[in-house]
Amino acid sequence: MDILYKVFVEPFVFMGEAPDLLIQTLWEGLVSGVLYALIALGFVLIFKASGVFNFAQGIMVVFAALILVGLYEKGVPAFLALILAAAAMLVLAVVVERVVLRPLVNQPDIILFMATFGLTYLLIGFGELIFGGNPREMITGALFLPQGTTEIDALGGSIRLQHLDIAAAVIASIMIGLLAVFFSKTRIGRALRAVADSHKAALSVGISLNQIWVIVWFAAGLVALVAGIMWGARSGVSFSLQIIALKALPVLILGGFTSIPGAIIGGLIIGVGEKVGEFYWGPLVGGGVETWLAYVIALLFLLYRPQGLFGEKIIERI
Amino acid sequence: MSFRKLSLKLVAASLLAGTALPAFAQDSIYVPLFTYRTGPFAGSGTFIADGMHDYLEMLNQRDGGIGGVKLVIEECETGYDTKKGVECYEAVKGKNPVMVNPWSTGITLPLIPRASVDKIPILSMAYGLSASARGDIFPWVFNPPATYWDGMSMIIKYIGEKEGGLDKLKGKKIGFIHLDAAFGKEPIPLLQEMAKEIGFEVALYPVAAQDMQNQSSQWLSARRDRPDYMIMWGWGTMNGAAVKEAVRSGYPMDKFYSVWWPSEDDARSGGAGAKGFKTLNWHAVGANFPAIQDIQKHVVDKGLSKAGKDKVGEVLYNRGVYNSLLIAEAIATAQKLTGKKAVTGEDVRRGMENIKLDPARLKELGLEGFTDQLVLSCANHNGHRPAFMQEWDGTKWVKISNPIEPLTDRVKAQLDAAAKDYAEKNAGWPKRTEACDKAS
Repeated sequence: MDILYKVFVEPFVFMGEAPDLLIQTLWEGLVSGVLYALIALGFVLIFKASGVFNFAQGIMVVFAALILVGLYEKGVPAFLALILAAAAMLVLAVVVERVVLRPLVNQPDIILFMATFGLTYLLIGFGELIFGGNPREMITGALFLPQGTTEIDALGGSIRLQHLDIAAAVIASIMIGLLAVFFSKTRIGRALRAVADSHKAALSVGISLNQIWVIVWFAAGLVALVAGIMWGARSGVSFSLQIIALKALPVLILGGFTSIPGAIIGGLIIGVGEKVGEFYWGPLVGGGVETWLAYVIALLFLLYRPQGLFGEKIIERI
Repeated sequence: MSFRKLSLKLVAASLLAGTALPAFAQDSIYVPLFTYRTGPFAGSGTFIADGMHDYLEMLNQRDGGIGGVKLVIEECETGYDTKKGVECYEAVKGKNPVMVNPWSTGITLPLIPRASVDKIPILSMAYGLSASARGDIFPWVFNPPATYWDGMSMIIKYIGEKEGGLDKLKGKKIGFIHLDAAFGKEPIPLLQEMAKEIGFEVALYPVAAQDMQNQSSQWLSARRDRPDYMIMWGWGTMNGAAVKEAVRSGYPMDKFYSVWWPSEDDARSGGAGAKGFKTLNWHAVGANFPAIQDIQKHVVDKGLSKAGKDKVGEVLYNRGVYNSLLIAEAIATAQKLTGKKAVTGEDVRRGMENIKLDPARLKELGLEGFTDQLVLSCANHNGHRPAFMQEWDGTKWVKISNPIEPLTDRVKAQLDAAAKDYAEKNAGWPKRTEACDKAS
C-alpha cells in the first residue's frame, strides 16, 4: 500500500503543496522540449524529402556551433561569424548531396542511413581536428542573447525564469513558424512537399531532386545552427551535445518522422514528461529516470498510434 | 612501382620495424600515457594529457631522460571509454611499459586483475578503486596521494568545521551530484556510512553520461530537496554544466563543493555567479616553479607541447605534471634500488613503493612548495595525504584552507573491509608474493 501511495498519491499531493515548483518544472520541461523539437525538426526535414534518417543531425548541431564560436575566437565579428557558419552549412549540404546522396540514389534506405553514420564520424573527426576536443563557451553576449534571471514571487514560492530560456523559446518558435510558411507558401516549399509525397511524381513534373536535397540539408543545417547556439548557451559547446541530439529519437517516434507539428508537439511532450517524471517520480527509484523515461513515453504512445501522433498512416497492399 | 610491389615493401618495412622494437627498448624506458583529447571528457582530459606529456618531455629535453635513459612517451587515446582503454592496455603491454596510467576509474577496474599477471604497475593517481591503497592486497596498484574516500571525508570534515563540529551535521541534508559511472559512485558507500554514523541525510543526484549537459532535472530536484550542502563528483563537461546549472537555479555557491577535478574553464563557465564554488586540491596552481619554467623553456617554447601557453600552470595541467612527477620519481627510485638504467615494470613497482617526495627532494626537483610531501610504502600505496580547499574568486582559484587531513579513523576500517571484500569476491585473488624492500 505504501508504494501505491508513493506512486499514485504523494506526487500529486506535493504538486498541490508546492505549485511554484510544479510551474518551474513545467517551464524547464517546455524549454527542453522546444530545444528537443528544434533538433527533431532537422531530422524531419531530411526524412520528409529523402526518406533518410540523418544520424548526423546531432553532430551537425555541434559542428555548426563550433564553427560559429571558432570563427569568433579568430577575431571574426559575431554576426559575420553567424553568416559564415550558415554558409558553412550550405557548403556541407552541397558536399553531402554530391558526395554522399547522389552516388547512392536508388539504393535501399538502410544504405543511406549507414552513410549518415559515416558522415557523423567524419564530422566528429574533422571537427576535433580543426577545433580540438575542448568545450567552448557560446558567444551569448556577442550575439546579444539576453542573460540574467527574473524571479517571480508567486504561488507561495518563487519561479525563476532565465532570460536565455525565454529567448530560446521565442527564437525556436519563430524558426518553426518561418519553416512552416516556407513549406506551405513558397514554390520551393511546395516542391519539397511534392518530393516528400513521391520522388517519381516530383521528377515527372520537372522538380530537381538534387536541388531539393541541397535545400533541405541546408535548412536542416540552419536548424542545427540555431539548436547549437541555444543548447551551447545553456550548457557550453562540446562534442557531448551530439548525445543530447539522440533525445530527438523518442520525439520522432512520438511525433512521427514526417510531421513538423509532430516534432514540435512531440518535443514538448517529451521535454515536459521527462522533467515531471524525474522530479516527482524519480526519487522512488534513486533518480536518473530521465535517460529512459523519454523512450517509455514514446513507446506508450506507439501502442496506440504506431505511426506517431502526426505521422502518415501507411496502408500497403500485401 | 606497381601497387603490389609497393604493398610488399610496406609490409616488409612494417615487419622490420616490429622486430626492431625489443632492441630499441634496451636503451630507453617506455612510458605509455592513456589520454583523451577527444570526446565528451576531453575538456578535462586534454589539460591533464598536456601536463603529463610536457613534464616527461621536459626531462628528455633538459636531462636526456631519467638517469641518462631517454623516455619513450606514447599516448594512446581512450576517449574515456573503458573498452578503448583496455584495448590501449593490450596494445602497449607487449612493449615493456614501466607503468600504466589509465586516467579513468572505469578503465582502472578491469586492469587491476591483469596488473599482477602482466607485471605492469598501475598508477591511478587519486582516482580508481579506493581500496587499492592497501599494498598488501594490491601490490601492483597505486593511487596516491589520497583516495576518493579520503577526499569525501575531507569535504565532510571541512563542512563539519564550518558548522562548528561534525556532530553539528546531524539533521542536515547533503546533496551528492555525481557522474552515474564507476568513478562517480565510488565514494557513495562511505558517504552513506558517515551519514548513518553522524546523522545527516544524503540525497543522490546521478547524472548519466549522455545528460552531462542537460542537468536541469538534477538541479530542480535539488531545489525541491533543499540540501544544506551540495558535493559534486563530476568529470568532463559535467563539471562546467553543473556549475552553470547551480548558478541558474540560484543554489548558494558557497555551499557547493567538489572533489579535486573541476578546472578553471569549468568554474569560468558559470560566469560571475560561480564565485564561492569550492574544490579540493593538493598542489599549487600557477607556473611559478623552476620545473614548470623549464617546461616552458624546453617544451612549450620549442613547440613540443600541445598546450596553449596560457594553460600551463592551470589546475588540471599541474595535475598532469604531478602525475608525471610520480612516474619519474618511481623510475628514478627504481634505478637507485636496482642499479639498472633501463628499468622494467617490476623495478618501477618497487620504485613506487619507495617513493619519498619530501620537501628537500621537491626543492631538488624544482618544485619547492608545489605540493605536500608524499611517502609510500609496501603496505601503504596511497599516502592518504591531506588536501586543501580552494575557492573560485571569479577569475582564479584561491587557497582558502590549511591542509585538511582525511578522517582516517572513519575511512580506514571501511577501506580495509572493502579491500578484503574485493579479494574474497574475486576468487583466487593472489596473495602478495612480492618482497618488500627494507626501506619501505
